[in-house]
Amino acid sequence: MKTVKVYGPGCKRCETTEQMVKDAAAKLSVDVTVEKVTDQREIAMAGIMSTPGISIDGKLVHAGGLPDTAKLDEWLSA
Amino acid sequence: MTAETQDIKPDQGHPDWHWYAGVAAFGAGWLLLYRQLIPFSEWATALLPVGRHSHTGEAIAFFLYDVPKVLLLLTLIVFVTGVLRSWFSPEKTRAILSGKREVMGYPLAAALGVMTPFCSCSSVPLFIGFVSAGIPLGVTFSFLIAGPMVGPVGLGLLFGLVGWKIAAIYLVFGFTISTLAGWAMGKMNLERYLQDWVRELNAGAAPGLEEERLTMVDRIKIGIEQVAEILGKVWIWVVIGIAIGALIHGYVPEAMMLKIMGGEAWWSVPAAVAVGIPMYTNAAGAIPIVEALLGKGAALGTTLAFMMSVIALSLPEMIILKQVLTLRLIAVFIAVVATGILATGFLFNAIL
Repeated sequence: MKTVKVYGPGCKRCETTEQMVKDAAAKLSVDVTVEKVTDQREIAMAGIMSTPGISIDGKLVHAGGLPDTAKLDEWLSA
Repeated sequence: MTAETQDIKPDQGHPDWHWYAGVAAFGAGWLLLYRQLIPFSEWATALLPVGRHSHTGEAIAFFLYDVPKVLLLLTLIVFVTGVLRSWFSPEKTRAILSGKREVMGYPLAAALGVMTPFCSCSSVPLFIGFVSAGIPLGVTFSFLIAGPMVGPVGLGLLFGLVGWKIAAIYLVFGFTISTLAGWAMGKMNLERYLQDWVRELNAGAAPGLEEERLTMVDRIKIGIEQVAEILGKVWIWVVIGIAIGALIHGYVPEAMMLKIMGGEAWWSVPAAVAVGIPMYTNAAGAIPIVEALLGKGAALGTTLAFMMSVIALSLPEMIILKQVLTLRLIAVFIAVVATGILATGFLFNAIL
């Protein structure tokens, strides 16, 4: 079970990113819980300066822009 | 596991040379289209039942010439900027700025503000990321002002629609205002006017992000994504801006323009700034209006002041920043930047 956090104040790209994570997890049949973090303070504390950001099990893997689908698969199946 | 991952993505897409050839073909096609702009707009205007030199004819010809021209220019500028900016990131910029002495910090921050990719929706985490890493508040402001004010989209369109001289003047003064405004705010010791929670925060210790390795093809893809995203977002502002520009071009009499926005009336510069602040559009929407104003004989200083305040001081951005700055600090921010803009406006009206 992986915990994926998607960081973003709620712009359209953040929502797309959340959906991309869910889709990738379903495709790879990886068990995940996706948590959305919208609080600016928490986003900043995670060390993210450009949103959307993604962390998996506490490790920051991506910040800024939509993630690459191939890379997303890689992070989720690692 | 490895075998499995490979099975999932058997096709990595096109070979590299396809991408390079595509970029070259795009460049050639772009040039071809760009050369057809005047014939196209004249041809299309002639199809309509209006006199070419009537007010309506002038306005329509302006609109039909500018819409494809601005969209073409935007595509090129956003693509090139997207590729160039892929070498920069807020994280790298923070690392560069936090190691610099104050004096060099301001101009450097302004320069990096132009090159670092960031959208206004993440300006709060970015602001906190900078301040908590020990970058002085003034230097952070230089960065935040320069980003929108001297952005490549505005400069590129100014170059394409109005000419290189005015684009160069705008670049020099936009850059100077960003640097000096940040410096002035740095001297005022404004740290105590940050929202309380920001001052208590120390995000500097947060774990960093591992650098993603990008190939040239990745960078080209980033450029293409940027074009799709930004054009999808700003096209409506472009059309509105050009429509306003077309109305000015076709209908506003020159004598009236000279009276309102000519260099004679001293109040025209502050009035332009006052009108510009609540106006929310981006550079892409503002520059066609600027083009029409200058064409009708508006004074350069007044027009520059209008354009700078529209682009650099926008209410929505202030509302976002309200989360980290107290009202007092926002007021200082507006006052300092507006002073720089006023000075630029008065200077150009006086010397030209």
